[in-house]
Amino acid sequence: MELILFYLFAGVVVSSALLVVFFRNPLSSALALVAALFGVAALFVLLHAYFLAAIQVLVYAGAVMVLFIFIIMMMNLDLTTLRKIHYSFTGIVGALFGSYLAAILILRLGYFSEAARATPEDYGSIASIGKLLFTDYQVPFEMTSLLLLVAIIGAVMLAKKEAKHAARQAP
Amino acid sequence: MITLAHYLTLAALLFSIGVVGVVLRRNALIILMSIELMLNAVNLTFLSFAYYRQQLSGQVLVFFVIALAAAEATVGLAILVAIFKKQGTVDVDELRFLRG
Repeated sequence: MELILFYLFAGVVVSSALLVVFFRNPLSSALALVAALFGVAALFVLLHAYFLAAIQVLVYAGAVMVLFIFIIMMMNLDLTTLRKIHYSFTGIVGALFGSYLAAILILRLGYFSEAARATPEDYGSIASIGKLLFTDYQVPFEMTSLLLLVAIIGAVMLAKKEAKHAARQAP
Repeated sequence: MITLAHYLTLAALLFSIGVVGVVLRRNALIILMSIELMLNAVNLTFLSFAYYRQQLSGQVLVFFVIALAAAEATVGLAILVAIFKKQGTVDVDELRFLRG
């Protein structure tokens, strides 16, 4: 049963990840990426990471993807330029390099054929993660809040710069 | 029976697809999405090791990676919007104003 679910979600993840790369329209890519992120969230549940699966759906599939789709719609990209297919020499070399990387990575992974051990009752629960987050990982946790603050300020400043230029040119 | 190698193989595939997306596509939006794919592959690796070795620290690290990915997407998209306002394109081959 678990194996069937694993192959089902793995198929969803890999196929929608391929669609992200090979769709011509960024909006279709974004929707394929939502499917891929949901598949990854389902795999998180299979790995007993229930809290992180919820975070994955809320933060990634919710916030980040809405941001992506919002930006794509705001840019209003020209469809005629999007349809123009040009696979350059460097692109083909890159694709070959990517498949080589995949082959190397996968061939090296044969050693990790261990099976799952019996999991304790509270593994992956919010309480156990929270306990770890506020004791051993207290400093990185606080750093994360700083990082998010910097990201907010950076985004606002980048969006604001153009308005200031326009105001200066107006008089 | 699912072994650790199953999850690691899937994560390696996902990471490689992300790498191919970054080098193959010229649309900066799709490059950012491919970076998200790679981050997800790394998250999957972290969580599979955390589960198979019974180390809850792996889950905490994934929490940080997700927060970092959200910040990265925000700033990256803000930069893209600023570039798009100035240059009218997000094609990385046409953005060559740093090249003297």
